[in-house]
Amino acid sequence: MFRWTLITLLSIAVIGVSVWGYQEHQEKNAILIQAENSYQRSFHDLTYNLDLLHDKIGSTLAMNTREQLSPQLAEIWRLTSMAHNDVGQLPLTLLPFNKTEEFLQLMGDFSYRTAVRDLDKEPLSDDELDALESLYEASGDIEQELRKVQSMVLNDNLRWMDVQLALVNNDEQADNTIIDGFETVEKTVEGYSEGKLNASMMGTSSKKDGFSILGDKKISEEEAKKKMRSLLRIDEETELTVAPTGKGANVPLFSGSYKQDETSGYIDVTQNGGYPITLMINREVKESNKSLHEAMQNGKDYLSKLDFTTDLALVESNQYDNVGVFQFVPQYEDVWIYPDAIQIKVALDNGEVLGFVAKDYLENYHEREISEAELSEEEARDKVNPNLKIQEHHLAVIEDDMGEEVLTYVFLGTLNQDTYKIFINASDGSEVRVDKLKQAEMKY
Amino acid sequence: MKKKITICLIIFTISSFFFIDGKDNQVHGFSNQVVQHGATGDDVIELQARLQYLGFYNGDIDGVFGWGTYWALRNFQYEFGMEIDGLAGQEVKQKLEKASEFDKTYVHEQIQKGKKFTHYGGMDKEKQTEPSPNTTNQQDSQDGDAGQQSKQQGNNQQDQNQSEATEEDLEPTAVNMPQGFSQNDIQIMANAVYGEARGEPFEGQVAVASVILNRVESSTFPNTVSGVIFEPRAFTAVSDGQIWLTPNDNAKRAVLDAINGWDPTGEALYYFNPDTATSDWIWSRQQIKRIGKHIFCI
Repeated sequence: MFRWTLITLLSIAVIGVSVWGYQEHQEKNAILIQAENSYQRSFHDLTYNLDLLHDKIGSTLAMNTREQLSPQLAEIWRLTSMAHNDVGQLPLTLLPFNKTEEFLQLMGDFSYRTAVRDLDKEPLSDDELDALESLYEASGDIEQELRKVQSMVLNDNLRWMDVQLALVNNDEQADNTIIDGFETVEKTVEGYSEGKLNASMMGTSSKKDGFSILGDKKISEEEAKKKMRSLLRIDEETELTVAPTGKGANVPLFSGSYKQDETSGYIDVTQNGGYPITLMINREVKESNKSLHEAMQNGKDYLSKLDFTTDLALVESNQYDNVGVFQFVPQYEDVWIYPDAIQIKVALDNGEVLGFVAKDYLENYHEREISEAELSEEEARDKVNPNLKIQEHHLAVIEDDMGEEVLTYVFLGTLNQDTYKIFINASDGSEVRVDKLKQAEMKY
Repeated sequence: MKKKITICLIIFTISSFFFIDGKDNQVHGFSNQVVQHGATGDDVIELQARLQYLGFYNGDIDGVFGWGTYWALRNFQYEFGMEIDGLAGQEVKQKLEKASEFDKTYVHEQIQKGKKFTHYGGMDKEKQTEPSPNTTNQQDSQDGDAGQQSKQQGNNQQDQNQSEATEEDLEPTAVNMPQGFSQNDIQIMANAVYGEARGEPFEGQVAVASVILNRVESSTFPNTVSGVIFEPRAFTAVSDGQIWLTPNDNAKRAVLDAINGWDPTGEALYYFNPDTATSDWIWSRQQIKRIGKHIFCI
């Protein structure tokens, strides 16, 4: 009797478990298929967009009328951005696929720049036509390689989920067809981007060498430590860990950090010249006793005691809970130098400085010869949209789309409830940039 | 005996409420701080309400000194022949107090109830607010406390609720946000940072947030915060679901710092934990520095 009950119970249990297991399995499969499908969609979209891209570039080459050219280039720009988006949805992050992505971006930049340009006044130069031709060639090769991968995927029912697994278990990488295919694409692109493409397409390289203020004089780790202690406001007793940066850093730095009770600090000092570049002190700030205005004064005093320009203009001030964050830019004879911005954070409980970033300042600072504005303020004002009510203005140096520094008139104006910042080129009166300034956001 | 003492205490506290309250309304509401652009809090609420009373300010009374308030204040300074600097100092406050009325009870009540309202002078207040009380969850929980207290004290004080409404320091109904970001962006980044680096020192969390932002800027990654975070295989916290843990305030502060420009990584695009990294490729990247357990590289 007992035996039979046991057997029945056990068999019921076994059946129950298998039904449950089967259902789980079904569910897992359904989810896997769904994930797989979304990968497949991105992949096939990618190949389709690259196909289209290749064709569009081809037809651009054959075009003669300018009225057609601009929309066509805009279309290319849209397609590169879509292709880029598709790449972002595939599990390729650990696969060296950067060159292809960079290439897409390059293509996008090029087509955007030429599309927005007035091609009647400034038609495509020979260099640009050459660039377009090599783009055509390159996109053709990419298209073909991807087509190969695609047909393999379709014929052999290859799954992207396997790519993901292969990438996780590094060793299997060698025999995954999709991965191999993408590596071939990458190599194809590499061949192009090292060639003439880069120089003619990027126009002027936007970043000058930068960090010219730092000079050649290296400081020792001991000197750096001393500087860090004074900036972090800690004494000799507190333990400070300092380490130099590795090869990848664009500027060699010493980084120091400490932790004591509830307060921790972090600081970067340049090895050349010993300038502080980032300071962060983290502690709980529970209340605000000081006004934002007082905090701003504190921040300004603090910066003027460091090795930075003393004449600073306030661009932005914001209170986040109990800290104030300010952005300053240097001022030379009433011209605000936007590229050399410094951010500073001040605690509102005791007004002490909790951090600053001088990276932009150190990177962009150089002796500038600021030419006289060719337009008068009145003339520049006429270039602003007449619907805007201009409230404030000043002269400023900013970087334009190409990364070149230009002298501009900055107008702060209002249109209905919104405030805008408009930058008008002081020599030719063109609108360099229009920013809508952010309003406070409602709490949800 | 004990009961009597508690009753005495309660009566004392209530009367002190009234005392402070009356003082606040009559002598000066403003603190003696200088209020400037970007500030938040009670002073700003009063400033906005008073500027609106005089018709200079048409925006919402939300307790955040934004551009709308700034221009309103400058116009006020211009009209009243003061130096136009957009700062609410002593002189501005005195002139404002003289020229306008500030119905603190009314304003605070509206804010607390989450109503849309205005505070123009010479207009019936009833007409400046939404007619039906719209009860939201948030406000329910706030009112809950007040309700309990008044029950304990019996229903002898009708004005109790009102005086309490004016007494607490009110939270502004809006917040400052860095240009180009919303509270939700910050929330989603805080989730990622918390999932990836909750055991790291603060600078390590800022560093992870910076990597996300550097990727958004970079041409080889998606161009949005969510695109970068949810890129397949980009972050382990996303793959294993740790991103859906509730982030703490530290993670949010780290994200805010990173957005405001702090980047301890030196423009890194990748990071990995050397103890658990399986890919050879990641080791081939040029390393910048190590923060906490993570190595940052480009």
